[in-house]
Amino acid sequence: MNGFVIGIIQQSLIFSIAVMGIYITYKILKFADLSADGSFTLGASVSAILITKGMNPFISLGFAMLAGAMAGVATGLLNVKLKIQDMLSSILVMVGLYSINLRIMMGKANLPLLNQESIFTDKNILLMLCIITFICAAFFTLLFKTKLGYLLKGIGDNENMITSLGINTGSIKIFALSLSNAFIALSGGILAQYQGFSDINMGTGTMIMGLASIIIGYNIFRKINLSNSSIFCIIGTLLYRTSIALSLRFGFNPSDLNLISSIIVIIALSIGNSRELLANRRRYSLGKEKFKYLLGLKKAGSRNA
Amino acid sequence: MLKFENISKTFNKGSANEQMVFNNFSMDIGKDDFICVLGSNGAGKSTLLNIISGKTRVDEGKMILNGIDVTMDTEYEKCKRISRIFQDPSLGTNPSMTIYENLSMAKNKGKRFGLSFLINKKDEEYFKKILGVLCLGLEDKLNTPVSQLSGGQRQSLALIMAVIGEPELLLLDEHTAALDPKTSEIVMDITEKIVKEKGLTTIMVTHNIDHALKYGNRLIMLHRGNKLIDISGDAKNSLTKKELLGLFKDISDKNLFN
Repeated sequence: MNGFVIGIIQQSLIFSIAVMGIYITYKILKFADLSADGSFTLGASVSAILITKGMNPFISLGFAMLAGAMAGVATGLLNVKLKIQDMLSSILVMVGLYSINLRIMMGKANLPLLNQESIFTDKNILLMLCIITFICAAFFTLLFKTKLGYLLKGIGDNENMITSLGINTGSIKIFALSLSNAFIALSGGILAQYQGFSDINMGTGTMIMGLASIIIGYNIFRKINLSNSSIFCIIGTLLYRTSIALSLRFGFNPSDLNLISSIIVIIALSIGNSRELLANRRRYSLGKEKFKYLLGLKKAGSRNA
Repeated sequence: MLKFENISKTFNKGSANEQMVFNNFSMDIGKDDFICVLGSNGAGKSTLLNIISGKTRVDEGKMILNGIDVTMDTEYEKCKRISRIFQDPSLGTNPSMTIYENLSMAKNKGKRFGLSFLINKKDEEYFKKILGVLCLGLEDKLNTPVSQLSGGQRQSLALIMAVIGEPELLLLDEHTAALDPKTSEIVMDITEKIVKEKGLTTIMVTHNIDHALKYGNRLIMLHRGNKLIDISGDAKNSLTKKELLGLFKDISDKNLFN
């Protein structure tokens, strides 16, 4: 049982880095970036192949981030320069990345890292992951207090306004996409080292996982004014991974996980929406009561007259 | 300070919907001008502002701002020197950010947005002072998100934000049209106060004839990309509403017979 819980925490810490990346595009930039599935695998395969070639595992993660950033730049260029719709350009990149990832892993669908050095060698895995996630979260938090961070927020909010500040919004978008995908690729690289192999399909469902975690975190913390959104990325991921792990314990197949993720997203979204509906209905019924009261007054008045 | 030399612009060139808006249009705007631009729909008012702010590229001609040719500059390059306020109050501000954050962004206009922190505690006094000019009580709401403000408050804030970076030219695109009559008057008064105080060169597009007569030192009436009238100074002051409405009627009669 103890191992079960620690496993969930470790995986959540790894995935929460990808979730922060997805948060940048989905929540802040309001850009539907579906290339996350591709860049997650990209990070994993780049890190894995470099380690098998004998590179230091930490440096390999740096290259994984660089590769992810380049994937983000590709999406951004398609959208900004060639004026392809945001979702379509990210799908194009994701599809293209599948072939690229296979090339990187030299045609193999699975690249094992047996007896290779990793960032976890001779170290406490949980502590290592805590440190890495903390660094990412701190960077994430500090970035959105800087002028550049506010520009990113502003573009998602009102692009027109940012243009009127004399800023080329296109290049800021490309930067944000590359940053987001660098986070996602880093997460993929760490996962490959954690589980000891890179797989061509390991990124499938990253986007939906990110959405689920963000929406869960967002719905829980909606009432609390949290200036630090990295915390709710981490807690959202933790809750999501827990529910996935529990559903596996209840006897679902691992192949059912994508369906379960979709259902979790649907439930989380509909809870958020129905909460608003409920509030409206309550307001409506209050209004009705007031109306009834007025009618009653009128009746009483006519009776008294 | 702003000079148009033989500007031409045609939309949908070469198609059945070809529409020529400007043909060899020239105009000279002085440093102290506060110009009100009137005109019926399709006269080219919005296109004129779009050309100045860089949203629309001209086909031919030159545009010179303070001695520098800006004809081929992109929108964001022009925006470093020109501020614009739109009809829609939600376009000029960032709704999810607070007033403080919005003002801090506007204050940094034209400068680099790098990795230094945006919020500076030292700005608070300055922001309170400039918001005090509005007399809307916004100076006590610095940490309120702009989405909670009314349309008039937002438009006034947008005005403050537009002039905080000392632009060379201020464009007002029917900026009081979406407000109720009373708020519209308040925002216009604030506009005049700020423009006078800062000595800004201003171009205001409006459909409100009263505003066009009351404010500014120069009045231009556009019709199909040509200046129907262009008067300033005493001639403008002596112009009456009746004369202006007569002109509008002439235009609509002409349109009817063409």
